[in-house]
Amino acid sequence: MKKIRIGGGAGFAGDRVDPAVTLIEKGNLDYIIFECLAERTIGLAKQEMLHDPTKGYSRLLEYRLSQTLKPAKEHGVKIITNMGAVNPHAAVAKAIEIAKEQGISGLKFAAVTGDDVYDVIEKYYDEPIFEFPGKIGDYRDAIVSANAYMGAEGIIRALADGADVVITSRVSDPTLTLAPLCYEYGWTIDDAEKMGQCVLAGHLIECGGQVTGGYYADPGYKEVPNLDDLGFPIVEFDETGRFIVTKVEGTGGVVCVDTCKEQMLYEIHDPSRYLTPDCIADFTGVKFTQEGENIVSAWGATSHGLTPTLKVNVCYRDSFITDCEISYGGCNALERAKLAGDMFIKRLDRIGIEYTETRVDYIGYNSLYKDKLAEYMSDGRWGEIRLHVAVRTKDRANAVKVSNEGDSIYTNGPAGGGGATMRISEIINVFSFFIPRELLAARVEYEVI
Amino acid sequence: MKLKEICHSRTGDKGDISNISLIPWNESDYELIKEKVTAEKVKDYFSEICRGKVTRYEVDGICALNFVMEEALGGGVLRSLAMDKHGKALSMALLEMEI
Repeated sequence: MKKIRIGGGAGFAGDRVDPAVTLIEKGNLDYIIFECLAERTIGLAKQEMLHDPTKGYSRLLEYRLSQTLKPAKEHGVKIITNMGAVNPHAAVAKAIEIAKEQGISGLKFAAVTGDDVYDVIEKYYDEPIFEFPGKIGDYRDAIVSANAYMGAEGIIRALADGADVVITSRVSDPTLTLAPLCYEYGWTIDDAEKMGQCVLAGHLIECGGQVTGGYYADPGYKEVPNLDDLGFPIVEFDETGRFIVTKVEGTGGVVCVDTCKEQMLYEIHDPSRYLTPDCIADFTGVKFTQEGENIVSAWGATSHGLTPTLKVNVCYRDSFITDCEISYGGCNALERAKLAGDMFIKRLDRIGIEYTETRVDYIGYNSLYKDKLAEYMSDGRWGEIRLHVAVRTKDRANAVKVSNEGDSIYTNGPAGGGGATMRISEIINVFSFFIPRELLAARVEYEVI
Repeated sequence: MKLKEICHSRTGDKGDISNISLIPWNESDYELIKEKVTAEKVKDYFSEICRGKVTRYEVDGICALNFVMEEALGGGVLRSLAMDKHGKALSMALLEMEI
């Protein structure tokens, strides 16, 4: 049996790096993936690239690769990552710079692109936006980036051409795992069950520690040993398409049927039609079995062909949010926080700040679930309450005025307010539309050191 | 009893849509939660949070339910004014539901 082992080395751009090093050194891996490209990350990267053409890749790329390139080379582990964001060529250049500094040679790097439709976005101005009413063209002056979720084609070609480190722009998250499996086993869209299993495996490990006990622990209900040393996941396939989920022995965390069930449904809508660029995956028949300590087998996923279109994510400059917070304590804390919140909103109107939306929360009381559920869960006693006011403005000038008002709550608000903080964030939002898949083709370019 | 006594749960987010899984510890409790925890009941429970439709998917293979709540994340995870923009904590609220 030909076995292929893939490690889930990162689940988001800022994820911990040391578990990835452990995976490479002790996981007996063939591949490690780093999933680092959230929806708006690509818009932020694009803004960076506009300021500096040598940037536009994942901000932690330098640190992540400086820790992992050498062990990956030593242990023969190939790296597949979407850390290229909007500039995989610059990412490859940086990776080569790191490799040279560390005296590493004999590596082939691939930059995979073909997803970027920003330069032709005007062709789609009349297309409807998927998430809310309106057309693409309504946002023409605010659009920052437009990238399609690409499938496995480019990564498979890079691996076939002998690449050791594959750095992509936007591909779907499970593609990072599916691509090396299709390359190794020769699976295609005609292998419905195997493609479904590949997407399932990719989906389970694309969030790193979320399948090994992260986002899971609940003392007294769901115990997770050594959460501080949470290990990251490994999937091990054979050519039948069945796989196990496990982690490096001795690391913290837990791999059990219930961590796998939770992660299988994470961010899934209709489990019979999980749309990816590589296939329409169907998880409804999936079964998990505990095969041993921290070893779970998975089978039963399948797929139903290809969608005719690819999803394109468009990032646009939306607004500014100013968050102001201040804490109140003692038996009357909630009443003083409410007085402060009410006063704050009135003051915005009094001085004529232009805002489009506000929200007032009382942290410790209703900031997570609003009033009805807060009352349902509460015993009616609070020793401390933190006021949170969030205000949306169209521009930064008004955001600064809101922030100044936040600072004034100390001396111009209720008694005993402490620990005021203010933060202004520029909001890059995302919408999507669909384009025929035949219009896009992956491009792969190589550098060898 | 509260759902927390027999189930666990995880929340995911996509745009303005929150999905909450409901997974019984014992698969023998799957029929009970299918009967008790309807889409209508979840919609009513989260009435201040979810302004759109709630769809319930039955995932028989793993004996779990998946609730998909539209217009539930304050206009979308990237532009919401909420503290918990992703709605990560919503699963713990569902587990507080009495059945």
